[in-house]
Amino acid sequence: MNDTIKVAAPATPARKPKAATRYAELQASKPMIECREVHKYYGDYHALRGIDLTIREGEFFSLLGPSGCGKTTLLRTIAGFEGINSGVVLIDDKDMAAVPANKRPTNMVFQSYAIFPHLTVAENVAFGLRRDPRSKAEKAAAVDEALKMVGLAGYGKRAAHALSGGQRQRVALARALILKPKVLLLDEPLSALDRKMREQMQVELIKLQRQVGITFVLVTHDQEEALVMSDRIAVMFEGQIAQLDYPEALYSRPVSRRVADFIGVMNFLPVTILSEDADTIRVDVEGLGEIDLPHSQVAAKGADDEQPMIGFRPEAMNIFPEGQPQTAPRQNGAVIDEVVYYGDMTYYDARLDEADGTLSAPVRISMRNVFGRDIPDVGTRATVGWSPSSLILFR
Amino acid sequence: MSSTRFDAEARQGLAMVSPPLIYAVLMLAAPLITILAYSFFKDGYLEVVREFTLENYRAVWSDPIFHKVMARSLGVAFAVTLATVALAFPVAYFLSFVVPPERKALWIFLITIPFWTSYLIRVFLWKVILGHNGVINSTLTGLGFIDEPLGFLLYNVQAMVITLAHAYAPFAILPIYVALEKIDRSLLEAGRDLGESRLMTFWRVTLPLAMPGVVAATLIVFIPTIGDYVTPELIGGGKMPMVANMVQANMLALDNKPMGSALAVTAMLIVAVVSVIFLFLNRRFLRVKQ
Repeated sequence: MNDTIKVAAPATPARKPKAATRYAELQASKPMIECREVHKYYGDYHALRGIDLTIREGEFFSLLGPSGCGKTTLLRTIAGFEGINSGVVLIDDKDMAAVPANKRPTNMVFQSYAIFPHLTVAENVAFGLRRDPRSKAEKAAAVDEALKMVGLAGYGKRAAHALSGGQRQRVALARALILKPKVLLLDEPLSALDRKMREQMQVELIKLQRQVGITFVLVTHDQEEALVMSDRIAVMFEGQIAQLDYPEALYSRPVSRRVADFIGVMNFLPVTILSEDADTIRVDVEGLGEIDLPHSQVAAKGADDEQPMIGFRPEAMNIFPEGQPQTAPRQNGAVIDEVVYYGDMTYYDARLDEADGTLSAPVRISMRNVFGRDIPDVGTRATVGWSPSSLILFR
Repeated sequence: MSSTRFDAEARQGLAMVSPPLIYAVLMLAAPLITILAYSFFKDGYLEVVREFTLENYRAVWSDPIFHKVMARSLGVAFAVTLATVALAFPVAYFLSFVVPPERKALWIFLITIPFWTSYLIRVFLWKVILGHNGVINSTLTGLGFIDEPLGFLLYNVQAMVITLAHAYAPFAILPIYVALEKIDRSLLEAGRDLGESRLMTFWRVTLPLAMPGVVAATLIVFIPTIGDYVTPELIGGGKMPMVANMVQANMLALDNKPMGSALAVTAMLIVAVVSVIFLFLNRRFLRVKQ
């Protein structure tokens, strides 16, 4: 798009979106899916508890949450497979209440891919084209085009059951995209693939989405997948949206301990709130001492009986063998309990020195492995460096 | 090392399978070979002359009575198969798609209830229902709808079709039910998602995937029906013999074992050919792996 703006964009500080231009464009585009106060019951079970969200045209949107949180129900509600008990679902400004699944401008990639086993690959892709007025030859060309797009050129004559998991996934994509839906719904499409294949498909799906420009709504329980692929993510717990945000914001600014815990690894240390004024809150953190935190680093108020906690990501701290000089603004002594080596990264479980000589609760710290730098041993003492700006207060 | 272990396993497997195998060979293959051998022998007075001849087959194939009886057998078997499978499909569909999972076992149990009595008794019961002073006639006369009992209920082909269709219903319901149960429900949602109505989704997805069950049901009903002996005897009143009755007459009443054997082998061949053609016509459904 506009190169000058891209160059002008600041070198990604932690909380700014990864692609500022794209986000600005998406924010300006029209709403494609709107859910207003959507409630859904299965008998007595309240599966969706007042879902409010707007998904914009061309957006790659993810519904993320643990199993049973209602994310799949919400997706199926949008697809038209489930009715709703109250509320409104609009797709492209049209109320979907009376529109059955086969008349909606959505197509779905099912978790099991739902490839018709009695048809060939080409017949599967052409399934939705029955009433298409184009000639047979034109349809066949469209099928070839769709297969080429998903990297399955020349597979048309194969039997569907002879395909691998990754290939089925591609057929399911081609079958949905050939109909040029306004919205493509993806129900945990990558969960059945092995890790390498999954990572490859993630990148391919992003590219495909940019290429076709269709609104994608992805359901996943894999937070990493959601962070990698999405423009925005709605984190759901128990039929409600807990946080709806950009991946960067979700990771660095979770609004609650629960969201923080669900997205990646978050360390928590108990705090005592000492004082509070218009600009800052002064807290005493176990292991870290007294800190002044601006209100921008304070998450929304949780339940009253919850112990206030400081949260920080494993990469928010550095860890070096004791005595080695550090540049971090704040430093603490620590004991290393465990070292987990991942090749490119090493994770350390450490306990921080308390003022009274005891040790704090264990925290996890990650360090990128750099050639020439020693990995501190289990049981040795280390120095932990950190900055108050990377802490979040959950109160 | 691995080959010796395999040998030991193979020997163990062979030892386990031997008793039923020997039993099956003796009980199935031996009588079949005997019949086959008889069909090529000559018939003597009170004995079978062990001399090779094709005369029996020539006689069977040129016999107008055999043509008529075989045609009737095929007609009845086709009609019974069609009626049974057509009626069994909705029942199996209901069982698979409508009955909640926790009730399915109960429903299957209910469907098998007719098997609690013997086949003979069930056939007799149809005679009671359809007979001159049977349930239908006495009810209709009692209610004043008719003055005289209806004569066309029993002793004809329709009555045989009704009786056999009832007798074989569970055999048709169960394989279709199993085929429907195997269908991944998300395939039906995919059909809808890709723009098809419920009816078209049934036509384009459910039915092709249920075809292996339908084919199995068809063969399971067709093959035994064509050789049925009891129903033509009782419901047909002996006036409508099917091929099994003709075999029986030759074997016992006429004491012509070679002729009876040739009839039996011929009927078997015809059934086999019809079945193979049917399987061939449905080959593309049967190749599907789900």
